[in-house]
Formats: sequence, C-alpha cells, structure tokens
Amino acid sequence: MAYALQQLINGVSLGMIYGLIAVGYTMVYGIIGMINFAHGDVFMVGAFVSLITALLLGLGGGAAGPGALLLVLLAGMSVTALYGWTVERVAYRPLRGSFRLAPLISAIGMSILLQNYVQVAQGARVKPTGTLVPGGVTLMETDGFNVQFSYVQMLIIVVTLAVLAGFTLLVTRTPMGRAMRACEQDRKMAALLGIDTDRIISLTFVIGAALAAVAGCMYLLRYGVIDFYIGFLAGVKAFTAAVLGGIGSLPGAVLGGLLIGLIETFWSAYFSAQYKDVAAFSILILTLVLMPSGLLGRQEVEKV
Amino acid sequence: MTPVATLRDAGLAALVAFGLFAPLVGLRTEVVEGGLALRGRWDDVAWLVLLAFVGRLAVLLLAGRRLPRLSLPAPLTRAGRHAAPFFLGLALLLPWLPFVERYELDLGILVLTYVMLGWGLNIVVGLAGLLDLGYVAFYAVGAYSYALLSLTYGLSFWVCLPLAGILAAFAGVLLGFPVLRLRGDYLAIVTLAFGEIIRVVLTNWVSLTGGPNGLSGIPRPGLFGLSFTSEEGGFADFFGLDYDPVHRVIFLYYLILGLALLTNWVTLRLRRQPLGRAWEALREDEIACRALGINVTVTKLTAFAIGAMFAGFAGSFFATRQAFVSPESFTFIESAIILAIVVLGGMGSQLGVALAALLLIGGTELFRDLAEWRMLIFGAAMVVIMVVRPRGLVGTRTPSIALKEKRAIGGNFVSEGH
Repeated sequence: MAYALQQLINGVSLGMIYGLIAVGYTMVYGIIGMINFAHGDVFMVGAFVSLITALLLGLGGGAAGPGALLLVLLAGMSVTALYGWTVERVAYRPLRGSFRLAPLISAIGMSILLQNYVQVAQGARVKPTGTLVPGGVTLMETDGFNVQFSYVQMLIIVVTLAVLAGFTLLVTRTPMGRAMRACEQDRKMAALLGIDTDRIISLTFVIGAALAAVAGCMYLLRYGVIDFYIGFLAGVKAFTAAVLGGIGSLPGAVLGGLLIGLIETFWSAYFSAQYKDVAAFSILILTLVLMPSGLLGRQEVEKV
Repeated sequence: MTPVATLRDAGLAALVAFGLFAPLVGLRTEVVEGGLALRGRWDDVAWLVLLAFVGRLAVLLLAGRRLPRLSLPAPLTRAGRHAAPFFLGLALLLPWLPFVERYELDLGILVLTYVMLGWGLNIVVGLAGLLDLGYVAFYAVGAYSYALLSLTYGLSFWVCLPLAGILAAFAGVLLGFPVLRLRGDYLAIVTLAFGEIIRVVLTNWVSLTGGPNGLSGIPRPGLFGLSFTSEEGGFADFFGLDYDPVHRVIFLYYLILGLALLTNWVTLRLRRQPLGRAWEALREDEIACRALGINVTVTKLTAFAIGAMFAGFAGSFFATRQAFVSPESFTFIESAIILAIVVLGGMGSQLGVALAALLLIGGTELFRDLAEWRMLIFGAAMVVIMVVRPRGLVGTRTPSIALKEKRAIGGNFVSEGH
C-alpha cells in the first residue's frame, strides 16, 4: 500500500511532464494536422536553456530560491518559444498546402537538426546539475519503507497545474484563444472571417514550445541530469499521451500524459524497468487499434 | 519592399538569431570537477548573427526580382533518360575502375545497401502509400535471423538468406495486421513504436541476442563453397590468383548489387501485375479501391510483407558484411534516413530513390571528418530539399499503365497515399 502510494506520486509527477509536452503535439495537430516531430527536441532545448540559465544565476549544486527558479523557468520559456517560432517559420510554413508527407519529412529533418545542433553546441556528454530543490516530506512511515513526497514533485505538480490553468484561460477566454479554436475547426472559414491564420499558427507553435520548456525545466529539476538525446523518447511518449487522450483535445492530452506516466511508473515498479518503453509503446498501438479517436477525442467522419 | 523595410526585416532576423544562439551557442556548459561551468563563445554567436542578417537580406533581395524558372536545358533532360543505364553501368564496372580502392568499394557497398533498403521501402510507401517509420525493424529481424541461424545451427549464408527474408516478411505481416485500419500519421507513429519495441526487445533479451553487446563472429559467405581465405581450396587458390583481401570486398559488392537489382526488378515486374496495380490503386484512393472489389486487407499485408522481405535480405547482408550485429545499428534514425531517401528521391521513382541514396549517404560521407557535424548537415539537407523540392529530386513519374503511349507525368499527379 505504501509502495503503491509512492508509485502514484512518482507517476503523477512524471505524467504532468508528459502532459505538458503532449499539449504542444495536440495543439499543432489540431490546427494544421501534422505531427510536429521536432517537438520532443524543442522540449530538450527547453531543458538546456533552463540549465544554462540556472548556471548563469550560479545555481550549480546548491538549493535554489523560488525567485531564481521562476527566472530559470521564464528564461527557458521565452528562448524555447523563439525556437518554436523559428522551426515553424523555417521548416513548416514554406510547405503549407504542399503534399501531406512533406511537412512530416521536414519535421523529422528538423528533429535530427536540433538534436545534433545541441550536441555540437553543448557537447555530447551528460550534464549533471545536482539537486536544485532538495528535501521533501515523509507522508507515511511503515517499517522499512517511507513514502516520500519530495518538494520537487510538489513543485512539478503545482507549476504544471498553474501553467495549464493559465493556458486554459488563454484558450477559452481570450480573443486569441477564440481565433485559435476557430482555426482548429475550419482554417479556411477562419481566414475568410478575417483571422490571420499564419499568425495564429505561429502562436500555436510559440505556446506549445513554451509549455514544452516548462516540461523541460521540470525534467531538469526532477532528474538533475540531461543530455541532447532526452527529446526523442520523451517526445514519442508525449505523442502517445496525446493520441491516448484523443488527438486535438487539450484536456485529453493532459489526461493521456497522466495515464502514460502512471502506467510507466507502475510497470517499472511491479514488472520490469527495462521493458517500460515497450509498455508505453504497446499502449499506443492498442489505443490506436481499439479506439483510434482516443479517450476524449472526436470521432472522425470519413468523407468520400 | 522599400530598402528600409528590407533592412529592418534582415535586422529582425539577426535579432531572432541572437536570441536563438546566445544561450545555446554562446554559453557552453562543461563538466568540471564539482559540477558544471559555463564557457563563453561570443565570437561564434557574432558570426551566426551576421550570417542570419546576410542570409535574410539575400533571400529578400532575390525574392524581389523574378528569377528565371529553374528548368533544365533540353540536352540535359534528354540525358536524364539515359541516367538509369549510365548509373547501372557505373555500378557494374565500379570495382574495375582505376581509382577505386578498398575505401571506395566499402562506400559503394554502404550506398547500395541503402539503395536496396530505399527500394524495399518504396514498395510500402511509394507504391502502396503506407507510411512506415519502423522499417528498420525488419532490417533488424533479417540481420538477427541470419546471425542466430548461422551461429546456432551453422547454416550457410545462402540457406539463411531466404529464411531471413521469410522471417522478416512474417514480422511485416505481424505489424500489418493491427495497423490495417490506420492511416497517415497514425500509421507512421504506430510503425515507429513497433520499430522501437523490436529494438528494446533486442537490447534486453540478453540470453538470445546478447543484449547491447550484440552478436559477433558471424560467418562470412562463400561463393559456391569457395571461401575468401588465404588457405588452400579458397577462392584465390581455386582460380590460381594471389590471395588478396579485396576479393571478398568485391564479392560483397556484387552480392549487394545483385540483391538491390533483384529488389528493383521484382518491384518493376510487380507493378505490372494485378497486385502492383492494386497497391497503386490503394495509394490513390482506398475507398474507391474497396468499391471496386479489391481486397484491401490482402493488398496491404502483401505490401508490408514484400517490403519487409527485402529489408530482411538487406539485413542478413548487413550481418554478414559486419560479422557483428548489435541493437545500436537499428535505431529510429536509420528508419528516418531510409524514409528520407524514399521521399527525397521522389516517392515511387526507382531512379530517384537510388539518386537520393547516393546523395545522402555518399554526400554525408564527404563530411565524415566532421563527425559531429555530419548528422547536423544531414538534418538540414532534409529540411532544405523538402522546402525546395517537396516532390523529391526526380519530379516525374512513369505511369505503370497507359492507354496509347507511356509518358512521364509530373509527380504532383500522383497521390502520396494515406
């Protein structure tokens, strides 16, 4: 029981990270109908920018204050948002209206490009940062096993919930959010009604990248070690989360992220840690085969 | 655009470049004793920002004037018709050309392996229109099949080659069944997941596959029982030649050339048969296909199986050439490279696939001294080629069947599948 509770805490905090990345996938898919393959690497860039900012602020090794952490988060979000904007502008916008495989190949190229760019610029070695937010509270003490709820995990959950709340307000309550939803429903019609669709698509990428940067920053705090390759697996799992939740559905992405995080954690805890990726991928395949529209997605209508 | 606006736009590009590169290029994290340290590299950032400014300026100025439409001069277009025989001749004669040494032959083998994989994947993606991002899984199945069969049962390469193909084809059907209903990007992501599952299993099933250490000591193939060794009764001894290790390389070169040409020949023949036509019909419109009574299930599964079979052949060739297999060789990036070859070459165009393999694999080999930069350039090339030529390098397609005379048509007349 205590062990399961601990896994629940670990799973939820991991799932929050996946959920944040998954929102970026689902938004882009909803609006322009493509898998932004480079999104996982944008997340990785976010983690690196957070790391560099943390080092600039002199946070190597020791505990960090809340003000410094906020600064790290904001720096990560703004620089990564710029990356998101540039990726769209350079690799996807020229291909708008081209045949359907072109943006996917371009996105795969962009993913390879970003990964190797960070490798060249920052070196291939793993970057250990040490614990920036140490400590935690012990929730339950049984003989031999203590349930730990660390401050990092609390921070992840609180920050993610806050960011997602802000994001939901942005999408549901502002004119910009309304324009985004309009583009998602029918891009041509939205353009006819005077919405600058190119601008909205750019904004989607910017917001998605900023959310991925939050995830990157949280990942950095949680694991204390990053390298240029973390984007690939995290990206595929977050995409799995987006599909599981029903692609195009924003609450679905978060729900899917939580489920994937929980499944992965429980699988490693009770079965085998080596095959945890297989578990996540099998879920992806099963979801797509059994219910292709996901948990909260809309049923797609086939038109002739 | 007025000059002021042009300058302002270029200045903005420089500003964006500064924002992008200042943190990641300007400050390099380095692992030092007791943690991490930052090292400034601001001159690099300055160069990159300058590059962005000049580049954007050039793009804006060039976009302002109308460029003459890039069309090839007529003699070159006519020469294009002879490209295929020319490259075939070149490939056949390569080992006998004067400047060709061991290194060039090895590079030739590498390029031909990718040509073969590209042609194999072309069946699935280019003809049947099924987007497969996990093609490397079948390559892995082929490689491990040969390695395990020959190491465990001592079977020779020529016996294992068809077996590896069959096993890979089975893997193809295994993947094909669950994804029958999926389309486009969903199909891509499921095949990607399948490829990763195979890789993770290969890494972790240590008792069978040797885990991350892989399998080594895989036997080399012989030519009708003649082995390429310096001993008596070997290839050199039998033909009264002086023993030379290059003999084996030349043999491997012709072996992969033969396998690649087999792939091409089978594809071309199949395209004229009902099965191949069904694939192409499926690519153009699945619903119409069903309405016309084509069995979509069988059509899709055969495409997966035949595509996978050729990957299996290529995989067992890979295993025998390296004499070593490990999961490292079968990462997602390999699938992405093969798919890139197919799409960049112009899907469905056999010549285009071969050209793209030559360009991407041979081209990035030129940058091999810049080890880390190689993949960076590769990724950038993928983006640039897609943006400049979204229909691939070879922009025309030859229809499989025509009413009166066969004429090359534009690539945009061909659907890219679902």
